[in-house]
Amino acid sequence: MDIATLLFSALYQFGDAFAFLVLSACGLAVIFGMMGVINLAHGEFIMCGAYVTASTAHAGLPLPLAILAGTLVSALVGVLVELVVIRHLYERPLDTIVATWGLSLIATQGTLIMVGSTMAGVGTPFGSFQVGAYSYSIYRIVLFCAALGVLAGLYALFNWTRFGVLARATIQVPHMAAALGVDTRLIYSLTFACGAGLAGLAGGLYAPTMTLVPTMGATFIMEAFVTVVIGGADVFLGTAPAGVVLAVIKSVMTSWQGQLFGQIGLLIAVIIVVRVLPKGISGFVLRERT
Amino acid sequence: MNGLVSLFRSLEGSQTVGRGPGFWALFAIVLAIACAYPLFSDGYTVGNTVYFFVWVFIALSLCLIWGYGGSLSFGQTAFFGIAGYGYGVLTINFGSAYGFTFVALFLAIGMAAMFALLLGYFMFFGRIAGVFLGIVTLAVTLMLERFMAQTAGPEWRIGSARLNGFNGMSAMPPLTIPWPGGPIVLIADIGLYYFVLGLLVLVYLGLRILMNSSFGNVIVAIRENPERAEMLGYDIRKYQLITFVIGAALAGLSGVLYTVWGQYITPSSMGMTAASLPLIWVAVGGRSDLTSTVIGTLVVLAAFQALTIYGSQYALVFMGVLLVLTVLIAPNGLVLGVMNWLSRLISRYRGAK
Repeated sequence: MDIATLLFSALYQFGDAFAFLVLSACGLAVIFGMMGVINLAHGEFIMCGAYVTASTAHAGLPLPLAILAGTLVSALVGVLVELVVIRHLYERPLDTIVATWGLSLIATQGTLIMVGSTMAGVGTPFGSFQVGAYSYSIYRIVLFCAALGVLAGLYALFNWTRFGVLARATIQVPHMAAALGVDTRLIYSLTFACGAGLAGLAGGLYAPTMTLVPTMGATFIMEAFVTVVIGGADVFLGTAPAGVVLAVIKSVMTSWQGQLFGQIGLLIAVIIVVRVLPKGISGFVLRERT
Repeated sequence: MNGLVSLFRSLEGSQTVGRGPGFWALFAIVLAIACAYPLFSDGYTVGNTVYFFVWVFIALSLCLIWGYGGSLSFGQTAFFGIAGYGYGVLTINFGSAYGFTFVALFLAIGMAAMFALLLGYFMFFGRIAGVFLGIVTLAVTLMLERFMAQTAGPEWRIGSARLNGFNGMSAMPPLTIPWPGGPIVLIADIGLYYFVLGLLVLVYLGLRILMNSSFGNVIVAIRENPERAEMLGYDIRKYQLITFVIGAALAGLSGVLYTVWGQYITPSSMGMTAASLPLIWVAVGGRSDLTSTVIGTLVVLAAFQALTIYGSQYALVFMGVLLVLTVLIAPNGLVLGVMNWLSRLISRYRGAK
């Protein structure tokens, strides 16, 4: 095998890991960064997106539209959850964790009861291509582009739209924003919906690549948590660089020792990072800047 | 006599609910009933009660770390699993002769405590708190479950103990007391019942003393306001780390007793669902009080088992609903709420007289 194919293989694995980390984490990071709330039901929003995507795709919708449907349904469920539960707990961040944990339990077991222990999946589209002796899935490249697209979209949303300005004002000084006439409750609702929708998008995008079971959320949340902890509160200064660093660690460890050691590498990275940079990468960057 | 009075005094204080002769008389009655209980019951029910008691230890550990210390840890089941596996590996390798099972019990708890020391050092000395602590401990727990679940192959063995992947380990010897007339084996029956009951009373009273001591007061002060506690000259990191390690040891004790009780341990005892159950018992009972935690755990466990007859999925949905409602409506816990209401009622009645 020559150097070029080796390099391509490494790049491909890096891109795959990066897409997985960023897509599964950005919904969590938006909610945490804006509201300081950790949504432990994040994995279940991902599951919701994947299930809706799969069932609408079975009903005959083309895959991109099905993914869109999954995203929208998750966002709607997010609004509902925010209205019924999260809204009452903003003063108590630890209790939000516990409550969303309860929600995740309800969602997992409820899906198990209603839909059954597994659901027919959707085939991975686009097929594969050959580089050197190995074949690669084109869909993984699409996922990588989707991750970049989501980051760009979020950047545009929070920097160039009215909602983004109001949302950033609300995080900085909530009561000041409220005094200036911003409906902060609505902003919180919309932010939560945005995070839930991003989770649904991640679920929809990954639905064609994995088996659909009620506990599938658990396969995402560890990576999502680790990325958010290492990244810190800011999506662009935190989640994106954390995604790059962790993707390198994960792809190197995975190709060296296998899937499990990739995850163990992530875990060790997070434990060391919390000791060295308690506020994550974005906290470090912001402190350097000021 | 004086010694006895001061012992009782150290058991009471502002950090625990229940004081005075009335409370201790009630305590003695409950204890007497618990001691006499096996005489009126069959082996299966007694074994089942031991199962309930086993879980109380992990609930108490969470009550200590979360309720008193204010750091929400999802890692209790990780310590539970480490100690459970530790006991299994040790006893399968070295057998149960010469009281080794008790040595293994302490060694296994020590393993869990050492692991907590290592993890806690990175977390508390990195000064992460609040929600991040919860996420890191949860990530560790899930990782450990995934790791143990993939140990199915024959290369995963420690000495003669196969780890057996998702099926878990089984057939480790139960606790055995060496005795002149032949060793006494504590199977999941009356013998184990008294052993666990004794441990439970010891741990409960010990934690009451600990929490009402100056150490306990500092822990509560840190929960209420970490900056203020630090300004008063306490190194909060050390206090939090010690609490975390004690909690891990208790969770480890729970894990060993669970392994002893059923003579098996599986990776799923560290999974998401397993990690959520102690949280539910403690939150529903009343996380900031030891007595409420014990009562809450036993009540919720009994309710859960009764519901499992209709299918464990339904029972888990019910538990989730219970948890969400408790957090929304009675954030201090249902049992604690009832107990505070009762004590207010009593004091009003006394005032009226």
